[in-house]
Amino acid sequence: MKITREEVRHVARLARLDLDDDTLDTMAGQLAGILEYMDTLNRVDTEGVAPTAHAVSLTTPLRDDQRRPHLDREAALANAPERDEESFLVPRVIG
Amino acid sequence: MDLNKLTIEDAHTKLIQGELSAVALTQAVLDRIETLEPRIAAYITLDAEGALEQAAAADQRIADGDVTPLTGIPMGIKDVICTRGLRTTCGSRLLENFIPPYNAAVIDKLEKAGAVFLGKLNMDEFAMGSSTENSAYQITRNPWNLDHIPGGSSGGSAAAVAAGMCLGALGSDTGGSIRQPAAHCGVVGLKPTYGRVSRYGLVAFASSLDQIGPMGKSVRDCALIMNAISGHDERDSTSVPEPVPDYSRLSSGAFKGLRVGLPKEYHEAEGLHPDVRHAMANAIETVKSLGAETVDVSLPHTEYAVAAYYIIAPCEASSNLARYDGVRYGVRSKDHTGMLDMFRQTRTAGFGAEVQRRIILGTYALSAGYYDAYYGKASQVRSLLIQDFRQAFAQCDVVLGPVAPTPAFRIGEKTDDPLTMYMSDVFTLSANLAGIPGISVPCGLSSGGLPIGLQIMGPHFSEERLLRAAHDFEQHTDFHNQTPAL
Repeated sequence: MKITREEVRHVARLARLDLDDDTLDTMAGQLAGILEYMDTLNRVDTEGVAPTAHAVSLTTPLRDDQRRPHLDREAALANAPERDEESFLVPRVIG
Repeated sequence: MDLNKLTIEDAHTKLIQGELSAVALTQAVLDRIETLEPRIAAYITLDAEGALEQAAAADQRIADGDVTPLTGIPMGIKDVICTRGLRTTCGSRLLENFIPPYNAAVIDKLEKAGAVFLGKLNMDEFAMGSSTENSAYQITRNPWNLDHIPGGSSGGSAAAVAAGMCLGALGSDTGGSIRQPAAHCGVVGLKPTYGRVSRYGLVAFASSLDQIGPMGKSVRDCALIMNAISGHDERDSTSVPEPVPDYSRLSSGAFKGLRVGLPKEYHEAEGLHPDVRHAMANAIETVKSLGAETVDVSLPHTEYAVAAYYIIAPCEASSNLARYDGVRYGVRSKDHTGMLDMFRQTRTAGFGAEVQRRIILGTYALSAGYYDAYYGKASQVRSLLIQDFRQAFAQCDVVLGPVAPTPAFRIGEKTDDPLTMYMSDVFTLSANLAGIPGISVPCGLSSGGLPIGLQIMGPHFSEERLLRAAHDFEQHTDFHNQTPAL
């Protein structure tokens, strides 16, 4: 299986990564090897087999919709790279 | 005091009999860390001051008679588990400055039990790796041979336990990350059933596979930690409301009449190192002599576990790691042209090569046109792996096999070849895909003097059975008494 630099660049963009050409080429080679190995799964007959997302059967637990204490704002903001008194600050989005 | 050999159980006896104070014990462990850390590099963050304060509080509790088996016991925590007020990096530059505003559920529980936290232990970045070489901070060395890896991703935890740089530790296991480093460092490690231990506050790698578990010098020590950390937690919606037995009731004779399955795909695997093969043969003789009835079983889809896992885990990781955008926490790149570019520069500068590789692999496998071929197919194969175990457990009570195909490899040996590194997880991944528990217990030394681990796996919620079997094995062998010469 061949993966091109441009394909990896596209996926990197989707994943919000900005890789230089050398890294893209290395990654393309490694991904091709890994995906070729993944193709061994095609040898398995999975006709009619239901997929598993979780190995332990679970139902989503529900609770009453009541107000409860939560992390206070100062604690939640304490790790922010940039903030003001009450919000996280990000670079300007709209010019 | 021989910290190399001191178990939690021994230390507890000394603490309650007044032979030793928690402060003296903690100081002794801190002194040992100071001596060995330059060679082992197990800790990313050490909190000597906090540990001594907690030890003083533990001494007060002991004086008041308010004691649990973990009161005053100095422990290390894998740096993927949130500790309020104590930096939690996940082995990543991106979280170099992250100070969690809350405790993980397991930390709350250990705190309530009176445990002392020494600091945060090294790991592969975001738990992605099998050697701890993917840490952005340091290379942790195997205490048995400093040129070898300690295993991973909980390599700091395993090395610290083996070197007496803590009495017990917490690790996390997504594809073998507790069991494999435990095997490589000659300690005991348990991956519990998915849902047995709350994941609240465990930084997510692959949410359907991650599980926190104990690492210790003995099976009993792991049982004592399990007693403290297990149980339902409403803050983790995948936590299971099953009652928690007393795991520390470990009578001998567990193998008597136990049906022990020997999967041919594990024992006859091509890449099995001769020393591992030899240790397995001896282990099988031991359990037979203890009264076990061995049964040949088959887990026919084992050869597809690596491929299925290395699709599913990166898919889940690519989604989980989308949160690292430099907005709410972490190190934001200053060099950017706007918000989208800020996300890209933050993630590119913050994540190491293996994390980027897995994000790309997962994003690729989930992207339009490939979803069914990769994630869909892998999820179906996952069902078949679960069915393999179900059929095996119809014939036997536990399955026994190696943890890793080889003893710990040399530092740098596999770093350029991700696929070969992934292959070394072949015997541990299936338990995560199936959600079942597995324990690693020392079962020999290689000709090169490196530890080998025996893995015992059982059906969902069979931790009690696994701990008892591992304890029986341990009591009738001498491997756990061997310690590295440091």
